[in-house]
Amino acid sequence: MGKTIAEKIFDTHLVDKPFGDVSVLRLDRVFCHEITTPIAVQDLVARGKDRVFDADKIKAVIDHVSPAKDSKTAMQGKILRDWALRHGIKDFFDIGQNGVCHALFPEKGFVRPGFTIIMGDSHTCTHGAFGAFAAGVGTTDLEVGILKGVCTFKEPETFKIDITGTLRPGVYAKDVILEVIRQISVNGATNMVIEFTGPVVDAMGMDQRMTLSNMAVEAGATSGICLPDMTTVQYLWPFIKDEFQTPEDALAQYSQFCSDPDAVYAKKKTIDVSSLEPMVTFGFKPDNVKPVSQMTGTPVDQVYIGSCTNGRLEDLREAAAEVAGKKINPGVRAIVSPATPDIFSAALDEGLIKIFMDAGFCVTNPTCGACLGMSNGVLAEGEVAASTTNRNFNGRMGKGGMVHLMSPATAAATAVHGVITNSDRFKS
Amino acid sequence: MKDFQGNMLCLDRADINTDEIIPARYLTEISKSALKPHLLEDLVLDGFNPDTDLKDVRVIVSRGNFGCGSSREHAPWALEVNGINVVIAPSFARIFRQNMFNCGMMAIELPDDQVQSLFELGAGKKARLCIDVENKTLLATNDSGKELKIEFPISEFDKTLVKTGGWVEFADKNY
Ligand code: SF4
Repeated sequence: MGKTIAEKIFDTHLVDKPFGDVSVLRLDRVFCHEITTPIAVQDLVARGKDRVFDADKIKAVIDHVSPAKDSKTAMQGKILRDWALRHGIKDFFDIGQNGVCHALFPEKGFVRPGFTIIMGDSHTCTHGAFGAFAAGVGTTDLEVGILKGVCTFKEPETFKIDITGTLRPGVYAKDVILEVIRQISVNGATNMVIEFTGPVVDAMGMDQRMTLSNMAVEAGATSGICLPDMTTVQYLWPFIKDEFQTPEDALAQYSQFCSDPDAVYAKKKTIDVSSLEPMVTFGFKPDNVKPVSQMTGTPVDQVYIGSCTNGRLEDLREAAAEVAGKKINPGVRAIVSPATPDIFSAALDEGLIKIFMDAGFCVTNPTCGACLGMSNGVLAEGEVAASTTNRNFNGRMGKGGMVHLMSPATAAATAVHGVITNSDRFKS
Repeated sequence: MKDFQGNMLCLDRADINTDEIIPARYLTEISKSALKPHLLEDLVLDGFNPDTDLKDVRVIVSRGNFGCGSSREHAPWALEVNGINVVIAPSFARIFRQNMFNCGMMAIELPDDQVQSLFELGAGKKARLCIDVENKTLLATNDSGKELKIEFPISEFDKTLVKTGGWVEFADKNY
């Protein structure tokens, strides 16, 4: 009987099965940020267990509120910084080098196909785009990950979602994942791994695959995995070129993790996206999704382009192309937050930052900021945002605020018109 | 082992997410006790007032997909510091469920019809619930004397975590 990629990763990382139904897995990476890690560190200290299993396998960043906005967030940063220093964690990214974790860590080459990764952050599933098993965990799991380099998981069941057809111009990975969540609902993949396959995924670059995997958790999934292929290898090549003679060798090595043709899936679904339009959410759940064309004219107060979902270079390019030579509507304010310093820098070189500034956008430093309603663009009560982030929960961007999730192109068009609207890039 | 008995509160809505259990704006707290006054503060639900209705509650009964959304363990902690060590629902988000047991608390999954009977038992009445971890049973009673005894599923692993007080101690000893 064949195996899925998740099963193969589990097999190669199994440490123990203490009670039959739970697997204790060895971890290749433990990622940390300043919101969930300090409390784990404090607890380890309190238990007299202030140790780390392997300082080289732990990567840490201050990204959620950066620079610190008040004494409390400054203290969270301080606890993380002091801890990284005390344990010799070299890959610690502080102000100036920091960016949104799920954009920064892949960019630094910390992820490999076949890896097991945990982080105290629900969008850790993003790293599944590289063919890794990456899952968000709570603080206690994080503590044990830091301390012992292990984590427990139930044997994964896999939901295979085949994306077929061809995307129309102006329709992106964000629209695809919103459509997937609309179809399978917010708990359609609870306790399962989603495996994204099919020609549309094969044709996507890593930026788009990360957008796809990023929102797997919004359908309840533990992880959202794309199978490693030449696109994955090319992205990683600068980091692995000393390990392999040729990219083909790397691919041969990574392909051993790919699901077998006769692998057994808990669920399967095929979604043909040939007629898919740009999509947008309308309520407080990520499966409240409609075509943008049915929401046209909905007024918004703020437009936000950024986050681990859509703050990457390709996203900024699509958004900039939409606003180039235009001004944002006087009725809205617009914020763009490049997700990492390298993305920021590349956007500067390509002239994208100038385009945004000329259009009237506020350009912020790389940070999570407004995405979780903690800084850099929190909404007032009753305000509405058009946002490229991943959660539209009530109050997510600020108490009493509402969020419509959409692609960067749609968000940029919405900034120009002041109301939700399809981008010029979409030809219906 | 924690205490698993007391007054029951029914929250009649599915998909109650962790932002509703404890809003993101309190994530900057670095102590658990600071979360206490903010439990379920953002939950908008007919007939529910977080300021008055959480007093002396020890058990929450709710609908499916409880605890979805962010992975923050602040959600179980916000429950814990309010003395609520048990949530009962037809299903839970994976991370929330695991966080509960990791902290030595209980997320009990029951079929829809049994959850429904708990809701009926609690409707408009004061109801109490008492859990026997060893025998995997719970006993619900309301103030008109109605009783409901239910057997619940719990894995050996989760039971061990509940009995040893959580995953950190267990893992450090065993791995
Ligand atoms: S950008 Fe938003 S969703 Fe992504 S890690 Fe930051 S807060 Fe979480």
